[in-house]
Formats: sequence, structure tokens, C-alpha cells
Amino acid sequence: MKPTTIKIALLAIVCAATGPVAAQELRPANVRNCIWCHGTSAQGYASAPRLAGQRSAYTEKELRAFHNHTRDNPQSRNYMWGAAENLNGRKAHDLAAYFATIPGRPARDGYRDLVPEGKTIYELGIPDANIVSCVVCHGPRGEGVRDIPRLSGLSYGYLYNRLKQWNEGYHASATYPMPKVARSLSPAEAEALASYLSYAR
Amino acid sequence: MKAVRSHRAAHAAIAAILVCAVGDAAARDRGAVAAKIEYCKTCHGIAAQGYLGYYAMPRLAGQQEAYLENQLRAFTERRRTNPVMFNVAHALSPSMLASLAGHFRHLNPPPFGGGPRNLVARGKTIYEEGIPDSNVPACSACHGPDGKGRDEIPRLAGQLYPYTVKALRNWGQERGQGGSASPDVSAVMAPTAHNMTPAEISAVAAYVGTLR
Repeated sequence: MKPTTIKIALLAIVCAATGPVAAQELRPANVRNCIWCHGTSAQGYASAPRLAGQRSAYTEKELRAFHNHTRDNPQSRNYMWGAAENLNGRKAHDLAAYFATIPGRPARDGYRDLVPEGKTIYELGIPDANIVSCVVCHGPRGEGVRDIPRLSGLSYGYLYNRLKQWNEGYHASATYPMPKVARSLSPAEAEALASYLSYAR
Repeated sequence: MKAVRSHRAAHAAIAAILVCAVGDAAARDRGAVAAKIEYCKTCHGIAAQGYLGYYAMPRLAGQQEAYLENQLRAFTERRRTNPVMFNVAHALSPSMLASLAGHFRHLNPPPFGGGPRNLVARGKTIYEEGIPDSNVPACSACHGPDGKGRDEIPRLAGQLYPYTVKALRNWGQERGQGGSASPDVSAVMAPTAHNMTPAEISAVAAYVGTLR
């Protein structure tokens, strides 16, 4: 065998070996525990939110919140506390990084006629009623940043329930603004926001 | 006699009603101010120390009253461009504006922090000595050696690093937008902001962000 042929053969073996290994690293083995509820392509299903395209720092932070039981609404207790019990720092980080790489599809399941009102509240708030604008933290297209979540395209039901849960006192915190924001919203305003965001991309 | 008495009684009753009404109004105003302060702090941080969302929300704590009032008016008068703050400021009466500015003046939380530490030393030199070669005066000359500001000149001490960077980089596009019809004190800063390089802006922003 000529030296060049040997080199090519070796190269082929190396490529064959590294290709699948790299893909395996991106897709953590325990991901199948997540897709049971969140859907095979992580687009969310029923009350389980879409994970695809979510900010990895946010997903990781929420996994910690389930693990530490600070995110404590009834559904989190029933499902996510158990699911996150054995997710330590590294595993949570890898799962969050993996889901962030999957493109998210907008749910588009809110009330269409409420979209304009929701868009106005999202962008400008309602200053006379002391309701703040969402855009200043979540970004002009609801894309989120760092550990502030992407909201665009999440399902209506998830978005509405999340606001409702804060309003009911779950997941309380004095260090970040969402509990206070949710308390300032009427149910009709929360419906409008959730509707708008379900269509946003 | 009877008529006079009933007259007096009526006056007393009216006076009593007026006192109650004024009392109610005052309580309502206090409630309105407290609710508005909570609203401001939702974005600007629970202690008004600033907050970093998608955008940087500036620290309001310890800010000069005259500066805050002037800026809130600048949003509504379109001297300063910011669609969100235009709407926020539009909903504020002059007396509310004064109450808010008076409240934030007396808060003193520690700086939000998070700026690049390696730029602080360079920033301190620029802050205290200016950059004579580029016609940049010492910041301390107007903003004070401790960065606390005075009247319409803002406090810089403890301000969020990304906010100060953006303010200086965008000065000409954001401030003094009213044209010659509504001149703006922000014109004083325009040449200085213009003469600073991005690296110098970052250094100064990092330094003032550490001041208490």
C-alpha cells in the first residue's frame, strides 16, 4: 500500500469514529425522559412547555429551581420535582444546551382577536395601570437573553398558566420581577399577552 | 337666631366634609405614589439599583431630582428618544414626577456591578484627568469627584456599565432631539461623547459603575 493510501484510509476511519460520537455528545442519553412529556422534537405538548429553542441558561436555571423546589406550583411538584431530582449541574447544563439547539415552532394557539391588544401590552405596557412593558427584559421579538426566557411561540396555555401561578403566589421571589409583574395583570390582560406571544416568532 | 345657628351648622358640616375629602385625596395620592414607585422598581430594580434585562434599565437610586424630572419631561417632549419611556412618562402628572424624583434621591443601595474590572484603572484616570489630546474634559469637573452629580448633571456613581456605554455611544441619536425649538442641556455632553473612543467609553463606564 502506498503511504498516501494508508493516510486516506486512516482518515476515513478517524472520520467514521468522530462523526457519531460528536452527535451523541450533543444529545444527552437521558433526553428520552424529557421527550416523554415535552414531545419527541421538544416542541411541547399540553401543559409541558416547548423546550426547543429555549435559552440554555434559562432552562438550566429552571431545572435548578425544580431541583431546589423553589418552582413549586402543583404541576411542577407532580412532574418536574421528580424529573429533576437527579439532574445535577453538569447533566442540567448539557440537557439545556441540547434543547437550545433545536429550532422552535410557534404554537399559534392563542385567541387571534386578542393579538393586537397583547402586542401593545407586550411592547408598551399600560402605564396608567402601572403595568410594565415586557419588551425591556424579553426583547423586541420575545427572544429572551441570557437566563431571561424566550417567550415567542410558546403555547397559550403554558404562558397563561405561568402568569396565573405567579399571581397565586407560586415560585415567589424578591429578586426578580415576574411575581410582581404577574400580580399587576388582570386575567383579560394575561389572555391577550399569552395570545400574542403564541403567534410571535 | 335659629336661622343663624342652622347656617353655622351647615357650614361646619360642609367644612367637615371638605376636610374628609381632602384627607381621602391625600391618602389616595400617597397610595398612588407608592404604587407608581413599585411600578418603577419592577424594571429599575427592587432597590432602584438598576436591572439588566434585554436592555439595561438605569439605576435611579440616589439620582439628582432635577436630572430625573428633566429626563422624564424630555421623554414626553421628544427631546430624548425612547418609545417605552415616552409612554411611561406620559402617564405622570407634574406632582407625581416630583414625588418620584424626591423618593429615588434618598435611596442608596450598593452598585449593581458586573462591569469589566480590568478597565477600572484606566477609567479612573480618564474620569479624573480627562483626555487632553482629544478635548475630553475630566468627568469629575461637572459630575463631581465622587460621581454624585448636581441638579441637572446626573449622578454616575453605581450606574450600570452597559447603560453608561450605550448612553455615551448613542448620545447624538438619543439626546437633544427636540431641535432648536426645544434646546436641551444634554448638548453640553455632545462634543465630549463624540470625542471619546469606544474603548475610552467602556473604561469610564466600568469605573463609574464601581463608585458608591
